[in-house]
Amino acid sequence: MSKGSPISPSLMATKSAGAPKAPERVDRPTEAGVDTAAAASPVLGPNNVVPPTVMTGSEAIVRSLEELGVDDIFGLPGGAILPTYDPLMASGMNHVLVRHEQGAGHAAQGYAMVTGRVGVCIATSGPGATNLVTAIMDAHMDSVPMVAITGQVSSGVIGTDAFQEADIVGITMPITKHSFLVTDPNEIPHVMAAAFHLASSGRPGPVLVDVAKDAQQGKMTFSWPPKIDLPGYRPVVRGHNKQVREAARLIAAASKPVLYVGGGVIKAHASAELLELAELTGAPVVTTLMARGVFPDSHPQHVGMPGMHGTVSAVTALQQSDLLITLGARFDDRVTGILKTFAPNAKVIHADIDPAEISKNRTADVPIVGSVKEIIPELTEAVRTQFEASGTPDLDSWWAFLNNLRDTYPLGWTEPEDGLVAPQRVIERIGALTGPEGIYVAGVGQHQMWAAQFIKYERPHQWLNSGGAGTMGYAVPAAMGAKVGEPDRVVWAIDGDGCFQMTNQELATCAINKIPIKVAVINNSSLGMVRQWQTLFYEGRYSNTDLNTGHDTVRIPDFVKLGEAYGCASFRCERVEDIDATIQKALEINDRPVVIDFVVSPNSMVWPMVPAGVSNDQIQVARNLTPEWEEED
Amino acid sequence: MSRHTLSVLVEDKPGVLTRVASLFARRAFNINSLAVGPTEVPGMSRMTVVVDADGDLIEQVTKQLNKLVNVIKIVELTSESSVQRDHILVKVRADAATRLQVTHAADLFRASVVDVSTDSVVIEATGHPEKLTALLSVLEPFGIREIVQSGTLAVGRGSRSMSDRALRSA
Repeated sequence: MSKGSPISPSLMATKSAGAPKAPERVDRPTEAGVDTAAAASPVLGPNNVVPPTVMTGSEAIVRSLEELGVDDIFGLPGGAILPTYDPLMASGMNHVLVRHEQGAGHAAQGYAMVTGRVGVCIATSGPGATNLVTAIMDAHMDSVPMVAITGQVSSGVIGTDAFQEADIVGITMPITKHSFLVTDPNEIPHVMAAAFHLASSGRPGPVLVDVAKDAQQGKMTFSWPPKIDLPGYRPVVRGHNKQVREAARLIAAASKPVLYVGGGVIKAHASAELLELAELTGAPVVTTLMARGVFPDSHPQHVGMPGMHGTVSAVTALQQSDLLITLGARFDDRVTGILKTFAPNAKVIHADIDPAEISKNRTADVPIVGSVKEIIPELTEAVRTQFEASGTPDLDSWWAFLNNLRDTYPLGWTEPEDGLVAPQRVIERIGALTGPEGIYVAGVGQHQMWAAQFIKYERPHQWLNSGGAGTMGYAVPAAMGAKVGEPDRVVWAIDGDGCFQMTNQELATCAINKIPIKVAVINNSSLGMVRQWQTLFYEGRYSNTDLNTGHDTVRIPDFVKLGEAYGCASFRCERVEDIDATIQKALEINDRPVVIDFVVSPNSMVWPMVPAGVSNDQIQVARNLTPEWEEED
Repeated sequence: MSRHTLSVLVEDKPGVLTRVASLFARRAFNINSLAVGPTEVPGMSRMTVVVDADGDLIEQVTKQLNKLVNVIKIVELTSESSVQRDHILVKVRADAATRLQVTHAADLFRASVVDVSTDSVVIEATGHPEKLTALLSVLEPFGIREIVQSGTLAVGRGSRSMSDRALRSA
């Protein structure tokens, strides 16, 4: 036989359980590790039995969505998707008509992020589909379960540069988990079921279903549930026992362990499991930008957010650690800084459902492929056993070091010298007056970092942002989707004046469809984060960052008038003493969206900061001020 | 960088070649050659991809390939445990004066002459890439007009079948 060996058997989900045996490598995931949930049915929804029924392809799309348990859809019709919008009108599903397809995409993301269910967006062919691209890419970077359905020109004219034709499958190939082009209406049920299965299982992500117009119009025979045939897709859920035991052994031997927790733990709904592991080990916990809230900020073991704008205690905990217990995180460059200087003395345990993330950036000493939902409890049990055998490690001096950092370098801000409102204060007050039961959705830039820093996160799904992609304009439509998914929660879009101008047309969608989100525009009259870099690294040459929306400017647009034009309650707040009252007023309005123009100082900067291109050891708590490390025990 | 030969079993679906090729492009992986064709199993194709990559990188290549939903299975074939062949067609300048020398050279490499004209011949050869390189260097002095070369094809030695086992477990 071919003596060919399967590739990296220790790390990957072997695609075939019948892969050649590699007896010298026993740490391969066993067959038992294959998705147990799939053993029930990979088809989402109640799996009603629908006997064969003749209908059109477009009716089959709508019927499939219903059978898959979809309640809400965000979209905008056009020529090539028209056939599907007709039966959609008669469906009990709630379709939210957006004003721009990008809004539909981000709304589907926001919906998915708060509910854990697959978000659905629909657009027509050509420009409708390409307007979804940014949201699809965003969902891909942040592993958001989403299905995008696009109309395509009729199969007979595909490839002829027909009106509104775009090869959207080709365009999105690098930014989707998978994609389908449907030209035969009979394929619709199993393609839809497969799309939802792919989007929601394993490492979640966006899946595109592009349906040719003639496939929507043609007759087919619908039956349910369909058979999902994906021979190449077998996500591993259960972690390998031997690796888990090895991880427990390292944890028991470590004197400076850190739980490095990423967004995967939120996606896996494993916050309760994480809390148990954290309290058993007594190790400090850092939550990345994507993981804020999965471990309570108020918990004494939480030492903050790591990364470029992380707390000194979190960044230093990782740098000085001797063991990173990495759960659903991916060693992103915004966390690690210069990779080769990141956590130089740490061994690495890396648990992730995506084998390709393990040892991609940082080589793992103990790789564990699987869902953290299953791995964390197994690891907790293994650690308990290990502690009983070899004793609980003494972390006192580690905690003394970290507590000293927490006390010496707490998060904070200095009042701006120009006498204007500090943006950090506005954001801190929104969080304090709304509380952890609210949902906070940020755009991208300074306000995003301040929202990550100064709002207290106590529960998963409380914090949404565009992490990997850094998509300006995410906040308003994502908040809209979040409010549709969680209508009983207060949903704040913490937005910047730059971001807000990219997608605020969805305020019309919110007002007309009674989706009362609250938008806090942190208006520093500039592209603030870019301006901060210009201040720090380009000698204060403010090339093209002034937006003229704040103090002593023409204020175009006037955000209050703009909000009013969109049917929103709209306020302006420019003085410190008005902040609380304005927020309270917003919290009392629940029959329409609220827009608040918080006019703040353009000179406030995000601190701490690890400048780009240097080691995390060079973290600055203020300009050119780096902590002294000699005080390490 | 070391050279690796990956045998990739894929679903025969539209766009699968694009998915594989675009993955290599966007992850900045270096493809040396790629050959694709149907297998003995309907609905399944097999690609032979030759990649230049070091240890950590080849692991990333295979993991990323495995993430493609249409990829069913990947096996690395080493030169000891597999048969690897390239296929080449070379058009060489050969008039009445040199034709015998050219065809003699082809004979030595067990290559065959598949077309003859008054001033050229087309030589077809199959073999390990090193053998084909040697053949080309022998033909080079006569004047090479055109070269067309396939990607490497590779199959494991012995009786077992890659697609057979993938099917059983699917």
